[in-house]
Amino acid sequence: MAGETAFAAPLTGRRARPSSEGAAAALSLGFTTAFLSIVVVLPIAALVWASRADGLQQFWSVATQPEAVAALELSVGAALLVTLVNAVVGTITAWVLVRDDFHGKSFVNAVIDLPFALPTIVAGLTLLALYGPKSPVGVNVAFTRTAILLALLFVTLPFVVRTVQPVLLELDREAEAAARSLGASELRVFRSIVLPNILPGILSGVALGFARAVGEIGAVVLISGNLPYRTEVASVFVFNHIQSGDQSGAAAVAVVLLLISFAMLLTIGGVRFGVTRHERA
Amino acid sequence: MRRYPLRVIALGYLLLVLLGPLAMIFWRSFDEGLGPLWTSLSDPNTVHAFTLTLIVAAIAVPLNTIFGVVCALAIVRRRFPGAGLVNAIVDLPLAVSPVVVGLSLFLLYGRTGWFGHWFQAHGIQILFAPPSMVIATVFVSLPFVAREVVPTLRELGTEQEQAARTLGANGWTTFWRITLPSIRWAVIYGVVLTTARCLGEYGAVAVVSGRVEGQTETATLRVQDAYENFDLAGAYGISLVLAVLSVVVLIAMTCFKPNQEERA
Amino acid sequence: MLMNKAKKLTYAAAVLLALALATGATAASHSTSLSLVAYSTPKTVLGKIIQAWQKTPDGSGVSFNQSYGASTDQARAVANGLKADLVFLSTGDDVNLLVDAGLVNSNWSHQSYDGIAADTVVVFAVRNGNPKHIKGWADLIKPGVQVLTPNPFSSGSAKWNILAAYGAERRLGKSDAQATAYVKSLFRHVVSQDSSGRNATNTFLAGKGDVLITYESEAINSRLSGQDIQYVIPRQSMLIELPIAVTKTSSNTAKVNQFIRYVKGDTAQNLFAQYGFRPVVKSVLAKYANKYPARPGIFKVDDSYIGGWRNADKVWFDPNKGRMVQIERAIGGPSGG
Repeated sequence: MAGETAFAAPLTGRRARPSSEGAAAALSLGFTTAFLSIVVVLPIAALVWASRADGLQQFWSVATQPEAVAALELSVGAALLVTLVNAVVGTITAWVLVRDDFHGKSFVNAVIDLPFALPTIVAGLTLLALYGPKSPVGVNVAFTRTAILLALLFVTLPFVVRTVQPVLLELDREAEAAARSLGASELRVFRSIVLPNILPGILSGVALGFARAVGEIGAVVLISGNLPYRTEVASVFVFNHIQSGDQSGAAAVAVVLLLISFAMLLTIGGVRFGVTRHERA
Repeated sequence: MRRYPLRVIALGYLLLVLLGPLAMIFWRSFDEGLGPLWTSLSDPNTVHAFTLTLIVAAIAVPLNTIFGVVCALAIVRRRFPGAGLVNAIVDLPLAVSPVVVGLSLFLLYGRTGWFGHWFQAHGIQILFAPPSMVIATVFVSLPFVAREVVPTLRELGTEQEQAARTLGANGWTTFWRITLPSIRWAVIYGVVLTTARCLGEYGAVAVVSGRVEGQTETATLRVQDAYENFDLAGAYGISLVLAVLSVVVLIAMTCFKPNQEERA
Repeated sequence: MLMNKAKKLTYAAAVLLALALATGATAASHSTSLSLVAYSTPKTVLGKIIQAWQKTPDGSGVSFNQSYGASTDQARAVANGLKADLVFLSTGDDVNLLVDAGLVNSNWSHQSYDGIAADTVVVFAVRNGNPKHIKGWADLIKPGVQVLTPNPFSSGSAKWNILAAYGAERRLGKSDAQATAYVKSLFRHVVSQDSSGRNATNTFLAGKGDVLITYESEAINSRLSGQDIQYVIPRQSMLIELPIAVTKTSSNTAKVNQFIRYVKGDTAQNLFAQYGFRPVVKSVLAKYANKYPARPGIFKVDDSYIGGWRNADKVWFDPNKGRMVQIERAIGGPSGG
């Protein structure tokens, strides 16, 4: 395949780069850095600055006020629970899509990406229609924490599925066949052969899903009712405090949210590194 | 293997969480018949909301596409210190809540913000006007093209480009005739993802837009507005159009998705 | 090859530019354009009033940009740069916010009708058939009654509700300390504090709580939108005065003042009455006496025991020392800005 074969020293050997190439290199790097700085780094810097504007003590007292803590606990708790469910069901779904065959499989495969394509507010509205006061199936969970879980399950559905699928596709089935022929049970085969290989994929999906779930607002804002201390998630807390002019309070909780997402991403990244290390050894 | 139970679990879950809600949009929109649906959709403010959504996307998508390609080239082809950091920053928008994005723009361009004074002195409206909505949308949809192009570029290797160079092509020609065509499917897929994200953006623009009807309402903001004002027909109607657009995007995603097996 | 690329980029840029200009152009295509920033309940009636005005010589050719949202949110947005020629908010407190930000003249309340465009009163929205027999403020603190009222730190509507509760007790002869104690008991029965009056209405309609403290206009407008809502006007209730004011930053102050005069004229006041609001013009109000019954114990924010908005703000809603902060802390409720 192109690129995989080792390419020996170029026919022309080392040659001084033509000046246009040097200029292009500098230009692309400069453009990238400038764009990233203006679009991403600057806003985040302003956020961090605002949160510590009144000093670290103020930051701490604002971030630990009861309503903020309740909102953050709810967001993190819900995101963790949803992530756990996704890890299991997402893997099962990926398995079914790769190893199984049935009518309409390609339709199901395509539809998995729907939460990526559908605006979150529309998702929230439809969940409200299906599982709210006017539910056609008689299920009314609007204004409860269950509603939040439902909304988050919707938006994070594709993550684990899409990170596990490619790994499952690549998996060499001979090892499994060998194990089976030696008398290992299906469960054993899965646990000792398949699982270690797909674990990095699951972990990636988990990390991305968590980061997404902990900050979600669109899908949650209609169906949860946003009741303080009960169904108000951290993103709604931040939104309300921006509206009421409390920018430093909003910034404090926003920064905490950010740190939580980063912590999760780093942890998962580290765990992935540890898990895959033995493969590289 | 234990096929049927697994299949049932997976499909049952999808029905409950995914397909059921999707069916509701189509059902509820036609609840009161086509008449009210058409009235709410042809409201000039609704038409403007859709137009604004498309305009914002029309600006954000090309910007992020150009950025994505240039950035991917910089990360993969030019080895420079800090490439890992750049990579991480590109992924940052995926971990940031949209509301947090809106807040940071407030802090930059609001009346008491870092640049607020300068813009106000020059009579340029950033917050509560389309510019802030474009900036917010560019932020949230930034990573997608880059994330698709980077692995493709890595896999491709540089032999074709080096060959072109030995034949005397300059950097620009090499890029245009060799590199770009070989990454075009990754770019297209990235563009589809970026567009989907732009059309669906809610949290960040909800904070910065000011919700002026006919001026700074996007389609997604209008859905929430309609719902709050007891206009369910309007809310479902707009959602229906957005859902249809999503299905189109979904089809595009399925068509252009890099073939998983080829990547192996 | 390079020329084609350059051409393509130029075309693309031209298209984007054209699109951007088109948005700007459609906005600027009328001769005069007024930006109205208002709170959410009067959306329908303001639409009607604007249409009626546009048929008059003063209003013909004038277009409006309208923004609707929670009153205090809107006030803060204007303070933060949201363009506004005039504001129509749900409390004078929010207009004072703009006065303090230098955006509205402090003499706004000295205009005709004290700067007020319409009135409404505080009412209790109850479940169908009023199963808990809620008639007055004392019924709200009976055991087991669940009350809904918005968060006073983010909602102007909530401030009216609190002052109404306090004022009602004072009207009945209670002392300042007793009336304040009543407000505290009331808040022990509050099961949720939404960020705006509209959100509180939606929460109530979705089935939470036994009684929602809201405005008569909000209840009537919900009904007009097809929501099934029943309400009770307590004997002691507060008159909610809805202010309208021109901003200092407007470049069309003459036009805006013409519109405001129209809003206080008979045609507009009749429209207000048809859409759930109590007219400020007495003669028009008299025509709708059945729809808007008087109550013996109606009081206003400027009455002596409340002392006006500035005083109420200091005593009740100061974010650090106000009485509401203490009450919220005591019951474990939301914290302010």
